[in-house]
Amino acid sequence: MKILVILCLSLLTSLSYAEIEHHDFQSLEQEQSYQTLISELRCLVCQNQTIADSNAALAKDLRRQVYEMLQQGQSQQQIADFMTERYGDFVLYNPNFNLKTGLLWLGPALFLLIGLIAVLLFARKKTNSESGLTDEQKSQLAKILDEGEKP
Amino acid sequence: MLKYLLPFLLFIALAVFLALGLKLNPKDIPSPLIDKPAPAFSLPILGIPEKKLSNQDLQGQVWLLNVWASWCASCREEHPVLLQLAQQSSVTLVGLNYKDQAYAAIEWLSNLGNPYTVSLMDSEGRTGIDYGVYGVPETFVIDKRGVIRYKHTGAVTADDLEKVFMPLINQLEAEVL
Repeated sequence: MKILVILCLSLLTSLSYAEIEHHDFQSLEQEQSYQTLISELRCLVCQNQTIADSNAALAKDLRRQVYEMLQQGQSQQQIADFMTERYGDFVLYNPNFNLKTGLLWLGPALFLLIGLIAVLLFARKKTNSESGLTDEQKSQLAKILDEGEKP
Repeated sequence: MLKYLLPFLLFIALAVFLALGLKLNPKDIPSPLIDKPAPAFSLPILGIPEKKLSNQDLQGQVWLLNVWASWCASCREEHPVLLQLAQQSSVTLVGLNYKDQAYAAIEWLSNLGNPYTVSLMDSEGRTGIDYGVYGVPETFVIDKRGVIRYKHTGAVTADDLEKVFMPLINQLEAEVL
């Protein structure tokens, strides 16, 4: 009876193991390419996860696709292009620089530039009229100070 | 005057951008396949798995490719609209039965009605990847030359059918090769 129970339990564990993906790679380099690619491709179902992180069925299929293309000897760039042709630039976490993604890449630099210009303009305005007093007020002030110095 | 007007204008601009951003559907990712030839496939027909249909067989006519599955909840919502399309138009409606079990798909069609001219089995989702499918249901409109002209992600509503699909189908059918 005990043996039967143990046998049943061991069956259960093998079932849970079956869920883990197993890939055989031809070389360490290929495995690294695989890991790089799956952590740079976006899962389009759960949009803020990479296909490495996601459990969605599509992510699984795309991992399989990446693995198979690597086995066929395709380069990382070829695989990234394959995905972009089908899913658009959005599929890459580091999209290629082109007309559509230009604003995305240059936007932060553009905002920094706008900020710098604003700061410069502001600072210059400040130095031009340091005290914010008119000429009339200045001479008045000088007069008062002058009077104060006299014993 | 400018001192007060400028921040106000900047605020208006920001508000407009944010309002537009709220209206955008983040699930609606523009397809790079528009105006590109429909990716090739040759898939077994649902119900007659020994027979295959390829995209070449559909050349010369306007056709729709509707990606569906029996496990997909929005497909159930979309189904009556497709039945309506099949009734009011003679356009070829090809179903891509995506990552589904044949028996479940056949049962689904016999229970709810079959709007498709033909349904193809993409059980491993490979043709789905070629078409950039990420959310079922999706619908592609392909012209007589075999070029994808339009893609709709999510369930097609009666409104979409009337205002987008029917005018486009009529326009494409009027095109001369």
